[in-house]
Amino acid sequence: MSDLISRDALDLFIQASYFIAVILFILGIKRMSSPVTAKRGIKQAGLGMLLAVVVTFFLPGMSNLLLIITALFVGSLLAWISARRVAMTGMPQMVALYNGMGGGAAATIGAIALYAGRDYDTVIMSLAVLGGLIGSIAFSGSLVAYAKLEGLVSKTMRFPGQQFVNALIFLGAIGTGAALLLVEGYPTGLITAFFVLSLLAGVTITMPIGGADMPVVISLYNALTGLAVAFEGFVLDNPAMIIAGTVVGAAGTLLTQLMAKAMNRPLSNVLFSGFGDTGGSAAEGTEGNMKETEASDAAITMAYAEKVIIVPGYGLAVAQAQHKLWEFCERLMERGVDVKFAIHPVAGRMPGHMNVLLAEAGVPYDLIFDLEEINAEFDEADVALVIGANDVVNPDARSKKDSPIFGMPILNVDYADNVLVVKRGRGTGFSGVENPLFFADNTQMVFGDAQEVAGKFIQGIKSLAD
Amino acid sequence: MIELTGFLALYIVMLTAFVGIEIISRVPVILHTPLMSGSNFVHGIVVVGAMIALGHAETTLGQIIGFIGVALGAGNAVGGYVVTERMLEMFKSSKGSKA
Repeated sequence: MSDLISRDALDLFIQASYFIAVILFILGIKRMSSPVTAKRGIKQAGLGMLLAVVVTFFLPGMSNLLLIITALFVGSLLAWISARRVAMTGMPQMVALYNGMGGGAAATIGAIALYAGRDYDTVIMSLAVLGGLIGSIAFSGSLVAYAKLEGLVSKTMRFPGQQFVNALIFLGAIGTGAALLLVEGYPTGLITAFFVLSLLAGVTITMPIGGADMPVVISLYNALTGLAVAFEGFVLDNPAMIIAGTVVGAAGTLLTQLMAKAMNRPLSNVLFSGFGDTGGSAAEGTEGNMKETEASDAAITMAYAEKVIIVPGYGLAVAQAQHKLWEFCERLMERGVDVKFAIHPVAGRMPGHMNVLLAEAGVPYDLIFDLEEINAEFDEADVALVIGANDVVNPDARSKKDSPIFGMPILNVDYADNVLVVKRGRGTGFSGVENPLFFADNTQMVFGDAQEVAGKFIQGIKSLAD
Repeated sequence: MIELTGFLALYIVMLTAFVGIEIISRVPVILHTPLMSGSNFVHGIVVVGAMIALGHAETTLGQIIGFIGVALGAGNAVGGYVVTERMLEMFKSSKGSKA
C-alpha cells in the first residue's frame, strides 16, 4: 500500500490522525462532565479510538497483520458480549474487569520490549519496567476486585504477618525490576520472575481489602493503568498513548482521592488495614427500642406529606426495587408531594453508581441531588425515607468520636420531622457499625425486603385513591 | 515520528496531568461512575500500543504475548465503550427534553 503514496505523506497522515484522536479523547471526557452532553462525549471518544486503531495498521514495518486482526476480533467480541449482558448492578466489577485488561495489555508491551532485549536507552527501559510493574499489578489486582464483587471469592483473606509478606513480594517485584536494568542483556529467567512477582503483588495487595473499599481500589487501579499506558507509550514512541494515559492517570488519581475522602477512608488505610480494625466500639449495643410500623401506614404518612426526601442505598438495588419505588414516587408526585432523591457519594458500589441504578428505573436526573445540595433541606422535609442505606445516614459519624465511621460526611436524615427506614432485618450495616438513627424518637422502622415493601407502598397509596 | 524525550517529555506530561485534573474537577457526582468507566475506555488506547508491539514481534514468544496484549487491549476498549454508553443512555431529564 505504501508504494502508492510516499512514506512521508503517510507518516504525516498517521501522526495527524493520532493528534485528532487525542483531541477527541479530551473533548469526549470533558463532554462527559454534563448529563446533557455526556452521550455525545463517549461517542466522540469512541470515534477517536476507531481512528487511532485503523491508522496503526499503516505504520511502517508492521508485520503479523493476521494475528493482530484475529486478536482484535477475539478481544472485541468477548468484551462486547459480556458488556451487553451485564446488569446495571454489576457495573463496578465490569469496569474493574475491562480496566484489568488494559493493565494487562500495557504489561505485555513492556514484556515484549524486555524479552526482545533490544538496547533502548536506560530511561526507556526503566519506563518499560515501570509500566510492566504497574500494569501487572493493575491487571491481577483488578481481576481479584472483579472476582470479589462478582461473589466468586467471598473470603477476605487475612493472616498474621500478612502485611510483611505483602511488602516482601512487592519489594521482590521492585528488586527484580531494578536488577533487570542493572544486569547485562535482559536474562529471560529474571524477566519472568519480575512479571510473576508483579502479578502476585497485585493479588496479595487486593485480597485483604473488604468489599466496602473496593470502589476506591478499582478507581486506583484505573489511574494506575492510565500511568502504565503512558509509560509504555514512551517505549513505543506513541504520543496518543502518552497523552491519553497521562490524562486518565491524573484524573483517576483525583477521583480516587475524592472517593476515599467521601468515605472517610484515607487511601493508606484502604490499602493497609481492614475495616473495623480502628475502633472497638462497633460491638457496643445502642440503648433504646426500635419502633416498627406497617408499610401501608408508612405509605399514608408519605401521601399526606408536603415534602419527601428519599435516601436510596445499595440494598434497594440488590432487591431490584428501584422500579417499584419510582412507581410509588410518581403516585406521590401526582398527589402534589415534593419528592427528591438524596444520594450519598458512596451510595451503591461506587460514586454515581446509585444514579445509574435510579436512571435505569426511569428516575429523571434532575430529581436526584447529592449530599451538599440536599443536606440543608432535611430540616424542611416532612418525611425522610431511607431505603436500603445504613452507614451513610448514621448520626454517630457527626458526633461519636470513637466510632469507626466518625468524620464521614453523612446525609442528615435525622433532621427531618419523620424518618422511615426500610430495612431487611435488625442487623448492623455493611461495616458492622451500630446505627442510633434506628432508635431515635422520630424514626419508624419498616422491616422487610425492599421490593415487597415498595409494592405495599403502592398498594397503600392506591387504597387512598379508591 | 515524533520524538518525545528529555524535558520536552516532562513538560508535556506535566501539562497533560493538569488537563486531566481540570477535566474531572467539574464533573457532578451523578456522573462519576460513567466517567470512571469512560476514562477506563480512554486508556483502551493501549490497544494501539499492543498492535505496534505485536506488529514488530519477531519471536514466537513475542507473538504469543503480543496476541494476548492485543486481545486484552481490544477488550478494554470495546468493553469500556459499551458499558459507558449503556449507562449514559439511561440518563433522562424530567423536562422531557431529549438530551
